[in-house]
Amino acid sequence: MADAQQISLTIEGRQVSVAPGTTILEAAKQAGVLVPHYCYHPGLPSPSSCRMCLVEVEKAPKLQPACVTAVGEGQVVHVFSEKALEQRKGVLEFLLINHPLDCPICDKSGECELQDYVYREGPARGRLHDPKRFNPAEDFGGDVLYVTNRCIMCTRCVRFMDSVAEDTVLNVSERGDRAVIGVFEGKGLTHEWAGNVIDICPVGALLSKDFLNKARSWELDRTPSICPNCSQGCNAIFETRDNQVVRMRPRSNTEVNQYYLCDSGRLDYRWMNRTDRIEAPLVRRGDRLAAADWDEALRAAALHLNGKRAFVLASPMLSNESLWMLSRLVEKTGGKGAFRVRRGPEAPLPGAPDLALRAERAANVRGAELFGFTKTDAPLAGMADGDVLVIADHDLAEADVAELARASAVIVIGTVLPEAARQAIVVFPSTNMAEEEGTFTNIRGRVQRYQQARSGPGMSQPVWWAVGDLLTFLGEGAGHYSASETFDALAAARPEFTGMSYETIGLKGQLMAGSSEPAGTAG
Amino acid sequence: MGGTRPGSDASHAVHTSDAHYEPVFAGEVERELEELLTHYPTKMAALLPALWIVQRERGWVSEEAMAEVAERLVLTPAYVKGVVTFYTMYHQHPVGKYFIQVCTTSPCGVCGAEDTLRALLEHTGCGELGATSADGRFTVVEAECLGACGFATPIMINEEFVESVNKDNVTDILSRLP
Amino acid sequence: MGYPHKPHPRETPILSRHFGDAEARTLDGWKKRGGYRALEKALGMTPEEIINEIKESGLRGRGGAGFPTGMKWSFMKHGDGKPHYLCVNADESEPGTFKDREIMRWTPHALVEGAAIGAYAIGAETAYIYIRGEFTEPLRMMGAAVKEAYAAGVIGRNAMGTGKRVDVYVHKGAGAYICGEETALMNSLEGKRGNPRPKPPFPAVAGLFAMPTTINNVETLTAVPHILNEGPAWYKAMSHSSPKSTGSKLFSVCGNIARPGNYEVEMGFPFKDFLYDVCGGPPPGRRFKAVIPGGSSVPIQTMEEAEATLMDYEGFIAQGSMLGSGGVIVFDDSQCMVKQIARLARFYAHESCAQCTQCREGTAWTTRILERIERGQGTMEDLDTLLSLSKQMTGTTICVLSDSCATPIVSGISKFRDEFEAHITGKRCPMGATAAA
Repeated sequence: MADAQQISLTIEGRQVSVAPGTTILEAAKQAGVLVPHYCYHPGLPSPSSCRMCLVEVEKAPKLQPACVTAVGEGQVVHVFSEKALEQRKGVLEFLLINHPLDCPICDKSGECELQDYVYREGPARGRLHDPKRFNPAEDFGGDVLYVTNRCIMCTRCVRFMDSVAEDTVLNVSERGDRAVIGVFEGKGLTHEWAGNVIDICPVGALLSKDFLNKARSWELDRTPSICPNCSQGCNAIFETRDNQVVRMRPRSNTEVNQYYLCDSGRLDYRWMNRTDRIEAPLVRRGDRLAAADWDEALRAAALHLNGKRAFVLASPMLSNESLWMLSRLVEKTGGKGAFRVRRGPEAPLPGAPDLALRAERAANVRGAELFGFTKTDAPLAGMADGDVLVIADHDLAEADVAELARASAVIVIGTVLPEAARQAIVVFPSTNMAEEEGTFTNIRGRVQRYQQARSGPGMSQPVWWAVGDLLTFLGEGAGHYSASETFDALAAARPEFTGMSYETIGLKGQLMAGSSEPAGTAG
Repeated sequence: MGGTRPGSDASHAVHTSDAHYEPVFAGEVERELEELLTHYPTKMAALLPALWIVQRERGWVSEEAMAEVAERLVLTPAYVKGVVTFYTMYHQHPVGKYFIQVCTTSPCGVCGAEDTLRALLEHTGCGELGATSADGRFTVVEAECLGACGFATPIMINEEFVESVNKDNVTDILSRLP
Repeated sequence: MGYPHKPHPRETPILSRHFGDAEARTLDGWKKRGGYRALEKALGMTPEEIINEIKESGLRGRGGAGFPTGMKWSFMKHGDGKPHYLCVNADESEPGTFKDREIMRWTPHALVEGAAIGAYAIGAETAYIYIRGEFTEPLRMMGAAVKEAYAAGVIGRNAMGTGKRVDVYVHKGAGAYICGEETALMNSLEGKRGNPRPKPPFPAVAGLFAMPTTINNVETLTAVPHILNEGPAWYKAMSHSSPKSTGSKLFSVCGNIARPGNYEVEMGFPFKDFLYDVCGGPPPGRRFKAVIPGGSSVPIQTMEEAEATLMDYEGFIAQGSMLGSGGVIVFDDSQCMVKQIARLARFYAHESCAQCTQCREGTAWTTRILERIERGQGTMEDLDTLLSLSKQMTGTTICVLSDSCATPIVSGISKFRDEFEAHITGKRCPMGATAAA
């Protein structure tokens, strides 16, 4: 439908129509053209200072900065004309003269925007015959290391801390070519969301101390996923090397986390690489647990569950698929289920709509509650004496230990065998969320997919897979053998998920029926 | 670059005192700041004038003073520091009793400014730019155009502007300083 | 007048009439000399009437840009319900320029009056006079004059008893040439780093504190009362070459010349007569070599160009330069152009705010190359590099500091190439000038 308000212009020969007030740079994105830039970032106010985005606009006397110039009706814009290319080459040359060119030892190598544009459009040789400027590196606090010599003064980091984190701890100090990014002594980047400056830095000037020298960017496999460490459900990318998760980075989603991840979330991935895992199904033989195959373990578990009620302690970190299957087990046996969730202080990111490190530090509290699990600080209080306790990857607190004795038997389906549950009769090895695919439901009711980033150890399987087979052994018919199928069955059975599928959820997620996100979240 | 800024190599050094910090904005000075705030619709706009008050009272702008100003004007210390380091006239460390700036930009440059500068470095005992003399009396730095080009060479001694200085009247000018 | 010298008979002392006259600095003294009649008249006119008079007079901004003042004032929309601001740009830092300083320290009330009229004309109740921090005496004089004006009720809530409000505040800068750029001035006034802003938005739409703002130079505003008193035709008549350049202009003259100082002449005055007659010609035993006529940011002129110039906006452009701020820097044959251009580049490198890549890196890089050439360690390739970098630094940045750095380099290499080549081939300065410290 042609909107009379739209402005039409031509960018690199492509016609595009956009709302008045749109910048040439954003209009170009819609036309499928990327205007090279550094200081511009869609989440930040634009200073137009890097001068990379200068484009040729026919009939305009000078090149125009695309990031702040509004579109005009009938404009003809050239991003790759000779004039524009020459100007950009000049900017790149200026940026390189004092740059240490230490790509061989720089973590950013391979994902560096200076490398990218210089390779494509930069000068082949430098013309500097004078000594380069030198400044020592600085620890900015938090996870952030500032390598001053690589800085191109785009000031994205300063603007992020100022306008998005609303914690103005970074400044530009000095003037001219002496300018550097600075902090005030004693007041560094301790803000919960400060680590984002590392992501938005286009070059290797701001580095993660956690990731320092761990891996080269081209050695990494990248998997779209969800950060599981609180109920916000920020979209993330899990980066792995040799089957180890080595870094979590934000994946942009304007409905959830804009372009950001919090530090508590992103730096808490080591548990995904734990090696003290349950690797095979175990059954009790006398006073010890011995490895068995799945069938034997399932048979043993079904035997103990026969005629008994199952009380399921279900971790709020489990997927919708796993929790739903567990709820079917509860239903089948006439039992109950509960969970405890770890809490911490909420830490909002003020400049982003409805974004915070949430108090509930688990990915799927909403899902757990939806499928009938009671949220309580004393989850085992609801277990009746003689119930079969099924611990589905849930931690055991000291207070829980005493209660275990009341269960007639303990079955563990999990990643790690808790010390206190060593009396279990059957143990099934499960994958953690990095080792499987599935969905979480976030605090706002948004169902989001996560994908498999590494392979799980030994004979581990997702919880929904194990429970599906267990139900088969309990007479329920065949289980499901893909997460997607499991989800489809879930969606058919639960009204909140009606019409949803992995296809409709895609990579941006989908709101459950009856849910809404607060006004201000980009629609 | 940056030969005209004293201590620019030491920009990473932190100048704080070990003694207890006495706030600048107390009593009369506090009232002065309050009056100043009525000139502007935002607190931030009073930043440069507030920093001038600090320098007037203490001779330089310390990190503690920056933190105090920040608190008064509801700004962060990092923000205040970013502003302080932009402008050349705020001293970020103690300087000699007489802080002497000598204009050497071209209009003065062609009128003997370099000779004037050399004479000052010699007769103050400073020896080199930015260094404070052994007796603590003088610090001499270069300045960019002081806007008195027809009266070469102009110098500033603290807040005093002295025109038409040359290598021959330097000793006379210095001798008249108490 | 060529203060501190006596006025030359060929000068037209209007703005400079009372330079050196201590009594003119007081309110009473200024009134005795005809001061504040124009303000009284203005407060009885409508802003539109005032703007029309100024438009008619042909007054153009005297800070360097030469933008027609009446037109600039007309950009302020009256009745928009927003606070308007007048910023007086007294940050005079352009090398070679020292006229505003004289106006402020000798005739501070002239500026108070001009600013008050300007504020009223643009619908502003608040005017800030942003004076560079180094101008100790002008700060003192302006502070005292504003205080006197308030005490006498000339300005304040009830300016001259008309019920109209005009508040004037003196605001002290802290050492940054770039704060003379109008948008950087506003940022500095707001308590920020003196970074220029991209335009649009233009100050008249969103300026100081995001409100409609006009920024005017000191000299421009002090011409306003005279125009209101004598009428625009009188001002327009002071135009002897291009009709687009009217009125008198203060030229600050410095460098290698017999009588440096400020001189006030009418637009279109012959530059040759100005340099040799009015200002006394070169120092004894010397000849002029080059002149920068409008502050260091305008192209260098050869003496051939200078001596053919008629002093107005169009006249300087016709002879390879610009009128700019009117800061006339004269070099005689004992000066090394390479050394002076290197020193100018160092000035710009020191003053760059650091926002734009070309300026931040380019001002410093060109300085290093020039200093190396000066030391005798340059190559012919360096000249090509300098010209190439200068091209990259022109027309590509938020403000024109970067262009201003490039200008002396380009005009210098173009018009004095032999001096550069002599340094390169001879591996030393042919004038024996000492290397940069």
